[in-house]
Amino acid sequence: MRALTFASRNTKEITRDILALLFGIVFPIVLLVLLAAINKGIPQGYGPDLFEIEKLAPGITVFGLSFLSLFSSMLIAKDRSTSFMLRLFTSPLKPADFIIGYTVPLLPMAIVQSLVCYAAALIFGLPLGVNLIVAVVVNIPIAVVFISLGLLFGSILNEKAVGGVCGALLTNLSAWLSNIWFDTAMVGGAFKMIADCLPFSHAVSAARAAVAGNYAAVFPDLWWVIGYAAVLLTAAIAVFSIKLKKN
Amino acid sequence: MEAIKTTHLVKKYKEKTAVNNLDLTVHSGELYALLGVNGAGKSTTIKILSCLTKPTSGEACVMGHSVVRESDKVKAIMNVSPQETAVAAKLSVRENLELIARIYGADRKDARRKADEMLDRLSMREVERSRAVTLSGGWQRRLSIAMALITEPEVLFLDEPTLGLDVLARRELWRVIEELKSKMTVILTTHYLEEAESLSDRIGIMAHGVLCAEGTAAELKEKAGTDDFEEAFIKLAGEALK
Repeated sequence: MRALTFASRNTKEITRDILALLFGIVFPIVLLVLLAAINKGIPQGYGPDLFEIEKLAPGITVFGLSFLSLFSSMLIAKDRSTSFMLRLFTSPLKPADFIIGYTVPLLPMAIVQSLVCYAAALIFGLPLGVNLIVAVVVNIPIAVVFISLGLLFGSILNEKAVGGVCGALLTNLSAWLSNIWFDTAMVGGAFKMIADCLPFSHAVSAARAAVAGNYAAVFPDLWWVIGYAAVLLTAAIAVFSIKLKKN
Repeated sequence: MEAIKTTHLVKKYKEKTAVNNLDLTVHSGELYALLGVNGAGKSTTIKILSCLTKPTSGEACVMGHSVVRESDKVKAIMNVSPQETAVAAKLSVRENLELIARIYGADRKDARRKADEMLDRLSMREVERSRAVTLSGGWQRRLSIAMALITEPEVLFLDEPTLGLDVLARRELWRVIEELKSKMTVILTTHYLEEAESLSDRIGIMAHGVLCAEGTAAELKEKAGTDDFEEAFIKLAGEALK
């Protein structure tokens, strides 16, 4: 109950931040609309197939989720820098309550983000069907990856540093290494190898397979993402708990 | 009954001893002011008593519960109003109050009732729906204290409650603090000596982590051989710092 009360506060703090809403919901949709519109203007077969709506929409839902790291890390870093956290540390909240409280509000947000993105993609011809619901579910592990990264960075970095790491570095890195905007095979070599080792391109492949209704192809890409989600969430909980005790 | 009792309390940070063999007793219902120059050990003592940091050695109890072994029990019966305003910025005044009430175990209905009580008691109705971030320093400080009071603590730590406030806001908060007297045990740390003299039942002066003098304002002035409390403080704290 305490954890959910704290989660409710965190939901309000995030959703009342105009910038969070702009980056989390509006920005991915603007990108989707622009790229889909440009792609529609290019004759069939001449544009990059990555920008066809069946491939673009799942990619952008994953890209949109990368902002979850920014939201969670900013909130935690900001709380850590104020006396409000001191007040919470003297309250009966336990480490698990803090972790649940910071994590839980972002999962429904991730689902809403993906749903809104797919809804916008329907305008550009993405077929409506059960595949889209499956694709939203397939996005949950990568959402956990981004939330965990936010929890991790928010626990160790200050507010200013967290903006740079999660706002600029992570969102760009996850975009470049995800096969959303270009095929990493075109760059090849170490770049592709790194991309293949990280979870981002696997999350995009799994989401694309789900949208295409090719459920057999969702795994093993999704296992790769689930593995990262489990490891990062465990690491985030461990680091957050250590920092909590130190404070 | 003893609300707070420390016995041979020591807190060391590497080579520095912040609290040195402190024996402190605060009686239930007392308003006790802890004074001292910067680095005297007041904040560290409050941190230990509010379970924010563990002592290096010695014992500290709040309402008979050890802050080390029974921190859950201590956390449930005390509350803190930290030095800097401790409010959730994007939540309204009412939401801040209900949040804290619920974290301390109140259900939704009870939290609403307690928030209503606090809003009336601290005359905060006019800002009830304002977000904390939009409030003036005085209102934020009042909200911060209300958030500590809403849990009906048996022991309340007020760390520099009026720091940075204008004279009117400070006097208004004094009225609030005076109303708390005998309803709960209050430990007040402040740099405003007139605040300690005016509000406290007893005053403790710390220097170098040690309680160097203790008593009512009148007793401390008598001990220092002066009618002026500021002079008495300078003399008593100064002697300890030599």
